[in-house]
Amino acid sequence: MTTPTAGWAPRAALDTLKARADLYRAVRVFFDARQVLEVDTPVLSRHATVDRHIDSFSTADARGWLQTSPEFAMKRLLCAGSGAIWQMAKVFRAEEAGRFHNPEFTLLEWYRVGFDHHALMNEVEALLRAAGVTGPTFARMSYGEAFDRHAGIDPFTASVDALKALPEAEAFADETDRDVLLDLWMSHRVGPRLGRGTPCFVHDFPASQAALSRVVDGRAQRFELFWEGLELANGFWELSDAGEQHRRFTGEQAWRAARGLPVPPLDAHLIAALDHGLPDCAGVALGLDRLLMRLLHLESLGEVLAFPADRA
Amino acid sequence: MASVSTNEMKSGTKVLIDGDPYAVLENEYRKPGKGQATNSLRVRNLKTGRVLEKTLRSGDSWEVADIEETDMQYLYNDGEFWHFMNPASFEQMQAGQSAVEDAAKWIKGEETCRVMLFNGVPLYVNAPNTVELQIVETDPGVRGDTSGGGGKPATLETGAVVRVPLFVQQGELVKVDTRTGDYMGRVGK
Repeated sequence: MTTPTAGWAPRAALDTLKARADLYRAVRVFFDARQVLEVDTPVLSRHATVDRHIDSFSTADARGWLQTSPEFAMKRLLCAGSGAIWQMAKVFRAEEAGRFHNPEFTLLEWYRVGFDHHALMNEVEALLRAAGVTGPTFARMSYGEAFDRHAGIDPFTASVDALKALPEAEAFADETDRDVLLDLWMSHRVGPRLGRGTPCFVHDFPASQAALSRVVDGRAQRFELFWEGLELANGFWELSDAGEQHRRFTGEQAWRAARGLPVPPLDAHLIAALDHGLPDCAGVALGLDRLLMRLLHLESLGEVLAFPADRA
Repeated sequence: MASVSTNEMKSGTKVLIDGDPYAVLENEYRKPGKGQATNSLRVRNLKTGRVLEKTLRSGDSWEVADIEETDMQYLYNDGEFWHFMNPASFEQMQAGQSAVEDAAKWIKGEETCRVMLFNGVPLYVNAPNTVELQIVETDPGVRGDTSGGGGKPATLETGAVVRVPLFVQQGELVKVDTRTGDYMGRVGK
């Protein structure tokens, strides 16, 4: 095309943009064959996620928020009786920029009524096959097994002091939240070793990291997919208890408030919808940009984006 | 004191860690989708050259190190300090032994050097990339050798020792690359 160094020029090669179009086509064909309904929900909302580690962009008048995932709106559709649904959504996360992050990216998110998270893992694997991933059956291991194998610690019983023994935890000497410390182990030790050669699902997270998943026997019914050390997807056997969801939201808001972080308004529409009734379902969000990057053996997310943040 | 946040740190950013000035070499952002974000910084200590890796909570900051780089003319060495002058303001500054550790053997006076100042004091002096210096001592070469292969040691007027081709003689002026210490050629021949 043109000089890739010029600021106006696309960062991704033309062949990469064609591969992206092929991926989008494969996704449409996949869900069409499975009779999953494609939906479209607003990018701009009056509510936002209150997740302690996910920061939303707000509009200048502070009355609107850009979605960090289409999850809440899609669950409202499920509560209204949509049945299985999917969409490819542009999502936005403030403060996220780096080799594997861009503040705006594309999530493929879908929900399956009557599935649990293990059934959904099967479907995630089938989708990646349809997208061109070859090789043996994807590995599956629990969060505890992943830590045992790659860090030699038990994430459920290790003391806070033991978790702080990680050199990368030096700046976290005052940290009291063990999940923050577990996240450090995940991003610096365990995660980079997952899914080498063959993609790997990690499931059964600590209950304290349940997010929007249900908790059974003290384990969050949640999974993540890693490929060559990179997190590609996060899925839940979805929590349907409105009261519990409301408690989790207010808990996250309190955590944010205590640390002086912005506290967005929780999504009252979602709580009301859950109160109306969410069918038993599992859902997953998969980063399409990262999947494309791994499929094409590229080294950074910017290489699969026409215009990454520094050129957008 | 100005500070710089993890999302503003890039290669070349000068920061202050435990009172020492460092240059950021690399900044890697990591974040589990639903977890704590960190930035891992590879930084080089500008005093010692030592490279460290430090991981910060994303959004945390370091103080900015007061580092300035300026061209100065080398004047003379008084036995303890090396004296430099800003050619624009004629302001003079003295640099200690540690700052000129690498440059001292290449400069004799009047050269323009890139000087890094930390809190206004010379921290590191870069010799010019190439210098022209006279050979004060070398063995007589073997007549007829023009290949440059092998070579012999030659002591320059500043005390530096470089390898020169056998045909290069004592008293000659030679050009040397100070970054590699390599002989580049004879001057005026």
